[in-house]
Amino acid sequence: MPSHDVLVIGAGLAGQRAALAAAEEGVSVGIVSKVHPVRSHSNAAQGGINAALQEGDTWESHAFDTIKGSDYLGDQDAIAIMCREAPEEILHLEHLGVPFHRNEQGKLGTRAFGGASAARTYYVADITGQAIMHVLYEQLMKHSALVDRYEEYFTTSLVLDGDGNCVGAVLRNVLDGSMELFEAKNVILATGGNGQAWQPTTNALICTGDGIAMAYRAGARLMDMEMIQYHPTTLARKGFLITEGARGEGAHLLNASGERFMERYAPNKMELASRDVVSRAEQTEINEGRGFPDGTVALDITVVPRKRIHEALREIVLVGRDFAGVDITREPIRIKPGNHYTMGGVKTDVHGATGVPGLYAAGECACVSVHGGNRLGANSLLDTLIFGRRAGQHAANRAKGVAATRPSISVLNDARAMVDSIVARERGSGPRVSELRRELGQTMDRFVAVFRDEAGVTDALETVKRLQEQAAGAYIDDRGTVFNQDLLGALELGYMLDNAECACVGALHRTESRGAQYRTDFPERNDDEWLKHIDLKLNGDGPEIAYSDVTITDWQPMERTY
Amino acid sequence: MEQATASTESTTQSYTLKVRRFKPEEGEGPYWQEFEVELDPTLSVLDGLLQARDREDGSLSVRCSCRAAICGSCGVKINGNSTLACLTQIGEAHEGANRLDGGSKPIVVEPMGNMPVVKDLVTDMESTHWEKVRRVTPWLLDDGDPPERERIVPPESMVDITQTIACIQCGACVSSCLSMEVDPDFIGPAALAKAYRFVGDPRDVESRERLYDLAQDPHGIYDCTHCFSCVDACPKGVAPMDQIMRLRRAAGDEEGIDDANNGRRHEKAFTKIIEKKGTLDEALLLQESYAAGVKGKLMPKPAAIKGLVGSLPTAVRGMRTGKMRSLPKLIPGIHPKLPGDAQRHVKGIYAHAEEHHTELNLYITGEEDVEPEPDEEELSQPEASSGPKENE
Repeated sequence: MPSHDVLVIGAGLAGQRAALAAAEEGVSVGIVSKVHPVRSHSNAAQGGINAALQEGDTWESHAFDTIKGSDYLGDQDAIAIMCREAPEEILHLEHLGVPFHRNEQGKLGTRAFGGASAARTYYVADITGQAIMHVLYEQLMKHSALVDRYEEYFTTSLVLDGDGNCVGAVLRNVLDGSMELFEAKNVILATGGNGQAWQPTTNALICTGDGIAMAYRAGARLMDMEMIQYHPTTLARKGFLITEGARGEGAHLLNASGERFMERYAPNKMELASRDVVSRAEQTEINEGRGFPDGTVALDITVVPRKRIHEALREIVLVGRDFAGVDITREPIRIKPGNHYTMGGVKTDVHGATGVPGLYAAGECACVSVHGGNRLGANSLLDTLIFGRRAGQHAANRAKGVAATRPSISVLNDARAMVDSIVARERGSGPRVSELRRELGQTMDRFVAVFRDEAGVTDALETVKRLQEQAAGAYIDDRGTVFNQDLLGALELGYMLDNAECACVGALHRTESRGAQYRTDFPERNDDEWLKHIDLKLNGDGPEIAYSDVTITDWQPMERTY
Repeated sequence: MEQATASTESTTQSYTLKVRRFKPEEGEGPYWQEFEVELDPTLSVLDGLLQARDREDGSLSVRCSCRAAICGSCGVKINGNSTLACLTQIGEAHEGANRLDGGSKPIVVEPMGNMPVVKDLVTDMESTHWEKVRRVTPWLLDDGDPPERERIVPPESMVDITQTIACIQCGACVSSCLSMEVDPDFIGPAALAKAYRFVGDPRDVESRERLYDLAQDPHGIYDCTHCFSCVDACPKGVAPMDQIMRLRRAAGDEEGIDDANNGRRHEKAFTKIIEKKGTLDEALLLQESYAAGVKGKLMPKPAAIKGLVGSLPTAVRGMRTGKMRSLPKLIPGIHPKLPGDAQRHVKGIYAHAEEHHTELNLYITGEEDVEPEPDEEELSQPEASSGPKENE
């Protein structure tokens, strides 16, 4: 049985950073990923990473922007930590070899981003996430003696001991289908968001909320699951992302009559207001008939000098050309708000620890919460790195003080039986997994999107519950052991349904409008009743609701205008 | 509250995907299976494969994740060309399959080449790609003493290596590499492009050692035959072959590394002969490569003699197969020069290359700010109107 002091599940930025940080503490580390690590979705973070590192900028200013962006639902102690530690993290990455953009003096240069009061976004063209992730993977290869990599291993469940401590996980080797029990003093979940429960989404096919669901099933609390970010600029049909960096470089948003409509919604920050504000503005234009017939508005990047576009937005040139047939240097591109980011997730403290001893979470699957009701652009990479590192360090130090517990073999047997039962379902005996997945995605995008109301979300929740019942009888085609992606799809569907159920419950319960949660039946923010987190814990069949306080230190809630 | 739904015009068409399948557990060899799919022509071949999987056969395996050409999972061969399934529009793939006769032949989808197949379109990249990436010491070797702040480096140097940082490790170049087909030990286009990412990085302090290592390795930088396959295949414009050539220039011209593979001298002999004669005098090439400058005098060093003798079987094979038809061509120096005017053009090309010694790098060059007038654009030469074009 493989055994590690720290087992990291997920190998995007948060996972890789956690593994490296834990290894530096001198403990035994394993990192698991259901895809090869460089396929992880951190790749998709295009625009950059925020840090108050420029002369004249302060971490307090970064923190305030983040808090305001979060619509005051972010925990200010956690935000302060993230913003204070950001500059050091950027320099660390630079030292590891990330080729950050330089100014003419050869020093680190920045670009502007939404919701920020200073240009403090550091970047590598528009492949910042990819560049950082590949550099971290270089470090994992360099430190292969310290970190064991389990590439293409799918996690089916977490393992608890009799006292409720997390002591390992059950993994399926995708290559040969073998299932194995992994012993771990600590498990760090870094499995990313749940965007695939919405269709369309900017998220990759692998973003199925695995870690969030596994933690929930293991008894950890989830927090603010209703806070789902719709990104203002996604391609209409496919949901692909157009980086906020485009607006950071000066691109305009136009409605069908060519009006720069943000003037009416955010006269000061215009296109660079925070994402929830811009997405709502766009959706309002579209709903009120001022968009294009295909349900979009236009992003005009042609106002940015062409040389600059080719240097700084090259990936977007390719996305426009290859996926929309548009030369963005010459004509506007049609966009709309699209599912993008999971602000909620597994509730953790500032060390990444969940309520389950030995279980940590970091990155998009976690909710510390630094993003509250709305995440600022270029804060997600920062979140993954800061809290990935902190979780890695804390878990490593915890490992030094606890003895390994041998996980019970019965958990492995249960997992095998569960897998066998899915494989054994007869073809045609129920719905196909893919049908349920499609209905889930369409339902969530219809009712739990930019604008929500009680009737719609109730409808969505009922659908999700029906799909959960149907999923228990859904069949797959592949009976094999080697690379059985069909089976993984069935397991992922289960994870997504748990995520979707919790998102609906949160959205239904929070009877106010804050950040990404905009209830047309409760259009105002209500600090008296709702300046608090919604915590969800599995009880029997569904989530039990509790509340926790928002940590407020120096910044009292104010009205939010851009 | 229901989101306003878009009125999307549907232009769905039917396509046939002919997929090479392999199920290792069934004890049988690979076979072909055709899937009928219905998609908008602007959607991708990957969308088609996923539709076949969703509707017809869930056991059809293909690695995929982002659908947007950034994760590098879905490298496959489509109509024989190595590429990403998500980046290839199904309508274009259909046209590609029927380019010659405009018929309705299926779109052929196969696993990548130069790699063992695990199942269906899933290949073993670990032994054929990642092992080679690890071969080039793929991490920054710094001086071990990072400054308090960032390292100050020329801004263009970061832009320069961003072209290779843009590599998504999809393996399309490895799949298409002709040298690797002949020499499976060739380090290969992706790993060598990765090597340039460090050699070109001013923060790396062991560039010379890296270059020495890659030049001396018989499966290293001189194992590339300059065929451009990887440049065609790369979905991200990394142009791996260009990076290999930059490694060669850095190794040979800048560091003066005289490699045991005779690669540098061979390259120099090649360009020298063409400059002189306009076309390649193959007999002279062999001799010039091993004993440059000696020409007909034949006073090669022992190592050169060994190399020349070692090349004899190749020459004999050439004659036996009829590839080398003219016996006099074997005599160095007999090969004719191009006629005067043609020769002048060749010299012109050399002179142009000397004058325009800028590195071909998409990130640096970009395009000019000034947009040419439409009529001007039509008239002007492709080279003159803008920077280098993307590789497609």
